[in-house]
Amino acid sequence: MEIIALITGFSLILIGLYGILSKRNIIKIIVGFSLFDTGLHVLIVTVGYIKGGTAPILDSVVGTTDVASKIVDPVPQALVLTAIVIGLGVTALMLAYALKMYQAKKSLDISDFKDMKW
Amino acid sequence: MIRNFFIIAIVAGLAAIFVTLFWNFGDSTTLTPLATHYADKGAAEVGAPNLVTSIVVTYRGFDTLGEVTILFLVASIVSFFLKREKLQKDIELKRETSEIILTASKLLVPIVMVLGVYVFINGHLTPGGGFQGGAIIATAFVLLLMANPDFKINHRIISIVESVSGISFVLVGVFGILLAGGFLDNKVLPLGTFGKIFSAGAIPLIYSFVGLKVGSELSNILSNFQGIQKEEM
Repeated sequence: MEIIALITGFSLILIGLYGILSKRNIIKIIVGFSLFDTGLHVLIVTVGYIKGGTAPILDSVVGTTDVASKIVDPVPQALVLTAIVIGLGVTALMLAYALKMYQAKKSLDISDFKDMKW
Repeated sequence: MIRNFFIIAIVAGLAAIFVTLFWNFGDSTTLTPLATHYADKGAAEVGAPNLVTSIVVTYRGFDTLGEVTILFLVASIVSFFLKREKLQKDIELKRETSEIILTASKLLVPIVMVLGVYVFINGHLTPGGGFQGGAIIATAFVLLLMANPDFKINHRIISIVESVSGISFVLVGVFGILLAGGFLDNKVLPLGTFGKIFSAGAIPLIYSFVGLKVGSELSNILSNFQGIQKEEM
């Protein structure tokens, strides 16, 4: 189970990084950032996985006694919840900047924007 | 050519690091001491069956306040950037909205909104919570905008809902200092019966405010992105 999750997370990060570095179109670069984000989230949740553990919700199956031996680690899941929201905010900001950049130069090609390059 | 070489070198280097990480990954069999405390004492201290919610809202409530603040900042920066100054024209539609999506939006928008409210009110009992519920409410607005491209989201209502729920969230936290153990402590209200909807102290209240705030902020971002389409590019 965790092997599948690890492979998924690592490959998503690599695909995202390759997209960020190699693509010229700004929208495709933003998609690369989102893929990188998702891969990181999968990895962080995998780190909190306990073999044979169930979801950290105290329902009738888990009960309220001796909980610690039955559930997976809830802390990485709470951190990933925060990270997803921040990732959404970053993506929205990047898209807004991309719109403004398109309005300024009528182009989404990253090599047309050399004003801040030295 | 040289650029491609560098890109492949960087990606391959990271892949090599990942392969070593992958081979040395050991299954963990026990929880960390911190997680053990949350698991064993969570039910008695916070009273929420969903441990992720009790961590997000109570044990690490300050993080959540910061998270909501960041989302608010994003919404205000996006509306600042995409401010409409130029002359507006109506969007020329390439073709009419299809009958299927029109009918489906009439049927689904209220149901999707109710689902969003359900998800954030039950955040302490079932998987879900304020952020998830808010995102579901925003998807209802996406469907509405796809069906009627000229639909205008009322900014006045959205900003009132957003500021009232944001201030109430902080006020519940301050009441925690006055009446209970500290900022954002959920024992402001009685803990109630474990597993019922009105339980876990202030968590359902806080998550409802978070849900309304996130939903209105995301709808605000969406309506800004929709509005700029009308501008001359």
